[in-house]
Amino acid sequence: MSSSAKIPGKPASKTTGLHIGEIRPGVSKVDPIVTIDGVSRRFGGLTAVDVEHLEIPRGAITALIGPNGAGKTTLFNLLTGFDKPDTGSWSFAGKSLAGIPAFKVAQMGQVRTFQLTKALSLLTVLENMKLGAKDQRGEKLLYSLFSFLWKVKEVEIEAKAMELLKRFKLDAKKDDFAASLSGGQRKLLEMARALMTDPVLVMLDEPMAGVNPALTQSLLEHVLGLKEQGMTVLFVEHDMHMVRHIADWVIVMAEGRVVAEGPAEEVMKNPAVIDAYLGSHQDTDLGTITGRITLPKGKK
Amino acid sequence: MDWLAILNNTAQSLLSPATMAFALAALGLAMHFGFAGLLNFGIAGYMAIGAYGYAISVLVFGFEWWQGILVSLVASVIFSLILGIPTLRLRGDYLAIVTIAAAEILRLLFLTTAFGDITGGADGLSGYHNSFRAANPFPEADYGFGPWTYNSVELWVLVLGLLALVACVFVLLLLMKSPWGRVIKAIREDEDAVRALGKNVFAYKMQALIIGGIFGSLGGVIYALPSSINPGVYVTSLTFFVWTALLLGGAATVFGPVLGAVLFWVLQSFLSNVLPELVTSGVLPFISSIQASTIRFILVGVGLMLLVIYRPQGILGDKKELTFVK
Ligand SMILES: Nc1ncnc2c1ncn2[C@@H]1O[C@H](COP(=O)(O)OP(=O)(O)OP(=O)(O)O)[C@@H](O)[C@H]1O
Ligand SMILES: [Mg+2]
Repeated sequence: MSSSAKIPGKPASKTTGLHIGEIRPGVSKVDPIVTIDGVSRRFGGLTAVDVEHLEIPRGAITALIGPNGAGKTTLFNLLTGFDKPDTGSWSFAGKSLAGIPAFKVAQMGQVRTFQLTKALSLLTVLENMKLGAKDQRGEKLLYSLFSFLWKVKEVEIEAKAMELLKRFKLDAKKDDFAASLSGGQRKLLEMARALMTDPVLVMLDEPMAGVNPALTQSLLEHVLGLKEQGMTVLFVEHDMHMVRHIADWVIVMAEGRVVAEGPAEEVMKNPAVIDAYLGSHQDTDLGTITGRITLPKGKK
Repeated sequence: MDWLAILNNTAQSLLSPATMAFALAALGLAMHFGFAGLLNFGIAGYMAIGAYGYAISVLVFGFEWWQGILVSLVASVIFSLILGIPTLRLRGDYLAIVTIAAAEILRLLFLTTAFGDITGGADGLSGYHNSFRAANPFPEADYGFGPWTYNSVELWVLVLGLLALVACVFVLLLLMKSPWGRVIKAIREDEDAVRALGKNVFAYKMQALIIGGIFGSLGGVIYALPSSINPGVYVTSLTFFVWTALLLGGAATVFGPVLGAVLFWVLQSFLSNVLPELVTSGVLPFISSIQASTIRFILVGVGLMLLVIYRPQGILGDKKELTFVK
């Protein structure tokens, strides 16, 4: 266990200077890619999401944390067009997304994964991957009948898919039905498939849940790599080590509201956050509590 | 017992317009259900549209036979749009309810005396053959051998039916091997995942509904070509017979529906010949020969149940690719 986990004590180089002015919930960002204003969503009497103002910084890795039922997944659904808010407006890369269907949001480059994995069970792993590719003319009905119109692109797509599969250690499984993958492997497949779309903003809902520590490490590096390639990442995660390690910015939700945000180190010290989420074990190492990762001695 | 006659009749159904009509309709269902996951229980309605569309445009509007076929196909596209626009955004089961109801509404519209001048009401339609038979390229003669002996008109129907079937099989093969087919199969698995990858799921489902509908409608045309149209044919049980053929052969395959349709008709004609014979020769006691010939429908029902329970993927299907239990 301890040998497989080697998240370095020092966090990876963080992007800083993302915000303007004093840090508080809803603070303006220098270069926001997503802007949310007054978005609320109620289920019957329960207010699942009620966000006054929130900006997601471009070109950075932002973590969205909060207790179970805080509204993180619901916010994801609202942002990606899978659910409609009762009030409010939100925009992606300067374009308002109100009323835009989910598939168009994805075409614009805002691509998400699901907390409850949606592997396409009776497609092979490779077919799952190819499905993510953009600009395949053969997906149009009339073009599809003439294979010479799409074969070349298909070869390109396959090469790209295999490269990603290798990175996610799924290349040996390429011809298996996705149904035969384990839970963690499906999570990986879904993430890899989302990356096939060359997204501008990747939204990952608990990407590391059920993924083993050794692979977590390499995936974290992969997520960092996405940032280097110029992508923006927004992820929901309960694993505080992952959050500390790669998040440039952390947003904390509780009961539908944004209760705090800021750089990881500072947010974790915020009393409101400790209250709402981290609880009294904040001083103890969370990794030790969850038993997932043991940190090298001396790091708190 | 006259085994020769029984075998002769059974052999004929191997290659008959009804078999090919079923194969086309089952092919349409394969597109709908097997590949796209659309639960269409109104395939009889599509077949009725094909048959009536053809006959009415020939009889009432004086169209040529091939124009009549085109009218049928266009009518099926319109029917798909009417069915699909309100229901394809909903979850799958709703489509099942709407299609079964729509097919019944359609059948009753064709049956009612209100439009009797056009549809023939309960009498159905006949006498729409002139244009089609005039276009027959085969000279008057007997063709084939043994049970497969046809006159030139029968041959013309068969050749046309076979051409339609081969064309549809070919198109479906190409479609399902293409990236378009990949998206369609993915939608069957999980719509939201496909949406999240930027595909217009609604448009794809509509395209699948339209294509399958065209196959079904073409099946209806072939069904009507040899003789006449009887509104009593396009009932819900026709839908379930086509479903039986589809599930028998394999829903998520291209050749399965064709094989299923052939087996279905071979079995049907064998049983409908052999059961009354068994009664007359005293092997089956307690029932009349009329009752005996309806027993085959009970057997079809039992067969369908056994099939779905023990071999849901059908004869040609891959166990993993389509089962009812997910
Ligand atoms: N479709 C729905 N109908 C009714 N209530 C819902 C629905 N979806 C979410 N909720 C409620 O909204 C609240 C927020 O749920 P959400 O899934 O967004 O939480 P979350 O922050 O993602 O939690 P977790 O960390 O457990 O995934 C919960 O109280 C949940 O019960
Ligand atoms: Mg969640």
